[in-house]
Amino acid sequence: MLKIAKERLNDLYAKIAESMGLFIPIKRAGEVNYAVWAEGKEVSLETLKTVKSPKNAFFPQTENMMKFKTEGKNLEVIDIRKDWSEEKSFVMFGVKACDYKAIEVLDKVFLAEPVDTYYQLRRKAGIIVTLACSRPEESCFCKAFGIDATSPLGDVTTWMDETYLYWQANTEKGEALTALVQDLFTEGGEEEVAAQKETTAAIIDKLPYSNLDLSRFKPENLNELFNASEWEEMSEACLGCGTCTFVCPTCQCFDIRDFKTNEGVLRYRCWDSCMYSDFTLMAHGNSRTTQMQRFRQRFMHKLVYYPSQNDGLYSCVGCGRCVNKCPQNLNIVKVIKTLGGKNND
Amino acid sequence: MINETLIPKIGVVTDIRKDTPDVKTFRVVGTDGKKLFQHMPGQCAMVSIPGVGECMFSITSSPTNEEYMEFSIKKCGCVTEVLHALEVGAQLTVRGPYGKNFPVEEDFKGKDLLFIAGGIGLAPLRSVINYVRHYRENYGKVVIVYGARSKDDLVDIDEIKNEWVNEPNTEVYLTIDRPQDGWDGHVGFVPAYVKELGLNPNMTAVLCGPPIMIKFTLAGLLELGFEKSRVYTTLELRMKCGVGKCGRCNVGDKFVCKDGPVFRMTELDELPDEY
Repeated sequence: MLKIAKERLNDLYAKIAESMGLFIPIKRAGEVNYAVWAEGKEVSLETLKTVKSPKNAFFPQTENMMKFKTEGKNLEVIDIRKDWSEEKSFVMFGVKACDYKAIEVLDKVFLAEPVDTYYQLRRKAGIIVTLACSRPEESCFCKAFGIDATSPLGDVTTWMDETYLYWQANTEKGEALTALVQDLFTEGGEEEVAAQKETTAAIIDKLPYSNLDLSRFKPENLNELFNASEWEEMSEACLGCGTCTFVCPTCQCFDIRDFKTNEGVLRYRCWDSCMYSDFTLMAHGNSRTTQMQRFRQRFMHKLVYYPSQNDGLYSCVGCGRCVNKCPQNLNIVKVIKTLGGKNND
Repeated sequence: MINETLIPKIGVVTDIRKDTPDVKTFRVVGTDGKKLFQHMPGQCAMVSIPGVGECMFSITSSPTNEEYMEFSIKKCGCVTEVLHALEVGAQLTVRGPYGKNFPVEEDFKGKDLLFIAGGIGLAPLRSVINYVRHYRENYGKVVIVYGARSKDDLVDIDEIKNEWVNEPNTEVYLTIDRPQDGWDGHVGFVPAYVKELGLNPNMTAVLCGPPIMIKFTLAGLLELGFEKSRVYTTLELRMKCGVGKCGRCNVGDKFVCKDGPVFRMTELDELPDEY
């Protein structure tokens, strides 16, 4: 294990940024989000939850896909990624355990055959440096999904205490990044990290949502859960604003749209939300006409449909962003407590 | 160029046939004049007019047609409106094939087959019917029941009247909803007609049409003694990607674009009622 004094972190950022893009939680206008590091930016690794999750780095909110040019009757498709190369790597620095797990959840969707190469290129180029949590909040419930916030995975895992940042490479990509910055580090930190893990684990155990009962969310209960009478009441206050889907690190639904430019048509994709009424609207009708149906779809997908397609892996990582951000105080915790199982009282 | 399923191929419209007042059939090939890609009956493709939109359509032509693909498209929304205004020679984009096909090489082989279609529901069935006709010796008796609002709304009536009815060991029953001048055939809705015909319940059935027709026809078939595990239909939901990623066509643990559009009735029974 390696360590670096916190007052020297700026040197570390500068060293990485010399050769590749460095995305790190940065405070701007009172909010902390992943942004490109530059000298003078206010880095906030202490912030537990960035407003937007790091999914933006691999699955951007909007992404140009291709262009169409028309000449007379002739149509041409142009893949606008001709200049892309895998060497154009970047570092996502400070990714928490929940958000890292969320990237695994996205991988199952985008890297399944046929591979989404837009996502794949970004994944290959991205080096993920995770940061273990030491001050989890009350809205955190990653433990309910079997995630260990004290020891996240990723290409490099880091831990931070009052004095040092501790660094451990886990993959080839991580080793390569370590080689680049090694001179800034000294050896050591095993004991401090072990002690921190123990302290944090004890805090996590006592968090109010750490022991949610998910036992009823099984494929065999799909129809029973779908038809549960509680959905009506749970969804009654939902405004259909879609905030939960945008701050969610695992929500991956997207729209594909065309935009007419002076040089032909640009086709892009952007995040979409199952909370919106036009999400399922067709020329001949709509399969989900009420907000209750749309609300139910979101949670059934995360807790039952997705796990049923992916060997039991839930499409929720307990980051708690929806708990903090829903203007109506609706969230997945309430759904789990209502439908998840007997031990939720 | 990176091989990406979301990046389409360019298609050229080489023929447009007006089937009914609101259905046209578009013949499409690549810019090299050849068929764009191979498919199996029941599979779909995303057809787009850049700047307007992209939609999923069933490939109406049979895979045994080596020269081109056909799409029978009803004018009912933004994209189809523009498609209907196209002229021969126009270029559009196509990507696919997507979805699971009818089990023509597995469960259908050696079986007596019953095809029931309503209106534009004939589009996906035409592909499988013509596939069965091409490999006629592999299948038993074929019964086709097809209904539409009026005689003018029967899609592809020329092929039905000139070719299908003359096929050996094949019965074709046509019906329209209301009596009409110049129509001496059956009048009445498809579900009632199916019951009237007293069909042999040992046949494997394929239903395609508006949801209401499917619902009542299925009930009728079950009354006649058909088994749900040998009745197939296709679902249709909003789609954007076609490969199970954009999330729109998700029903239960299935995505209609990749796990469908063809489903057995027994599979549908396990899905939540939201399609």
